[in-house]
Amino acid sequence: MTPTRKKRLILIVAMVVGVGIATALAVTAFNDNLMFYFSPSEVAEGKAPVDHPFRVGGLVTNGSVKRQSDGLTVEFTLTDTRATIPVRYTGILPDLFREGQGIIARGRLNEAGVFVADEVLAKHDENYMPPEVADSLKTAQQGGDVR
Amino acid sequence: MMRFLHKLASPKTFYALSGRIIPWAGVSALLLILVGAYWGLVEAPADYQQGDSFRIIYVHVPAAWMSLFVYVVMAGAGAIGLIWRIKLAEIIAISSAPIGASFTFLALVTGSLWGKPMWGTWWVWDARLTSELILLFLYLGVMALYGAVEDKRTASRAAAILAIVGVVNIPIIHYSVEWWNTLHQGPTVTKLDKPSIAPEMLWPLLIMALGFKLYYVATVLMRARVELLERERNSRWVQEMVEAG
Amino acid sequence: MNELRDFFHMGGYAVYVWTSYGLAAAVLLANVIHPLLQRRRLFALLARRRRRAARN
Repeated sequence: MTPTRKKRLILIVAMVVGVGIATALAVTAFNDNLMFYFSPSEVAEGKAPVDHPFRVGGLVTNGSVKRQSDGLTVEFTLTDTRATIPVRYTGILPDLFREGQGIIARGRLNEAGVFVADEVLAKHDENYMPPEVADSLKTAQQGGDVR
Repeated sequence: MMRFLHKLASPKTFYALSGRIIPWAGVSALLLILVGAYWGLVEAPADYQQGDSFRIIYVHVPAAWMSLFVYVVMAGAGAIGLIWRIKLAEIIAISSAPIGASFTFLALVTGSLWGKPMWGTWWVWDARLTSELILLFLYLGVMALYGAVEDKRTASRAAAILAIVGVVNIPIIHYSVEWWNTLHQGPTVTKLDKPSIAPEMLWPLLIMALGFKLYYVATVLMRARVELLERERNSRWVQEMVEAG
Repeated sequence: MNELRDFFHMGGYAVYVWTSYGLAAAVLLANVIHPLLQRRRLFALLARRRRRAARN
């Protein structure tokens, strides 16, 4: 490689490294803002903001979903297996909302410690399988021979 | 070896060779995409949770993979063009930009069409979606910068520098779902242990991905040939070709 | 016949699935047509220029 070409190569590498470091610093500084949601245990530890709305993400606890008589308000609890917080939401739920499903709710905590949500999004997981496979997996799990 | 590469990089050889590659790559791409679409839309079973809406992955995932792949090729070719001043590398780099932008656009829109019924929203500003949108702006920026400068060789250098700087966004897109909490789910196929997707659903995805890759090969060469003719319009071999019709 | 209707219905997600595939087809096609048109325009331009040069 001729000296001029080597110089250009070094210049380009230096440029990428420099921009990379700057981006890494910026991203670390804004790390909290890049977190799309808090987990229930983070909320329990008081890490979530109190003065403005935030998002909580977790699994809908099995057997916790209660529909109010108005047909639109739902109450359920969100868990990450370490902490659990109660959620109340009025509105239309996404198709994937069900017990045991991961969801993300946006809203704020009231004085009673209930998270009042104005938006609920379903977070689907990275697993794709036909229904029959899911069924047989479930039966196997109930039989206790998985995990 | 070096002499072979030099000959390959000569405009006339490249023009003739690419003319022979394009039909093969194009026809195989078309066949693979048709097979992949049929398999994904008809043969693959519906997902246990998402039903038939998951079939969007057969467009969304290959388009998203290609949006990253094409960017790396574009930046790599741009760097080669900058360091060695190889005209052909500059041409490949700039010809990749509109195709990469198309893939990025498709990944964003199909993701949105999937997000509405599944997540319950068209768009959220989570790390994955935001960084992919930045990728689209990088592609558009490269194209705009190239178009704004009159002299094509100067334009190539400016566009290449922007493309190379934007490379830092690629690992951010890829790892965003692991570094931060996002609404977008984690990786399925590239997980180090075995992929968490049923094989009869995975096959059409891989076929579609290969089809998209060959499609890129065919279309980037098509664009590169036109760009090459445009730049070499005063050279003898182009004149002769026009004369021959 | 019913099978075909079910296929187009996509379990109720027809709008989302078919829009995705339709858009993908349109974008992929556009990327093939665009260079072809550009190529034709360039050839026409060069041929015109050559004719003009020959006349003078």
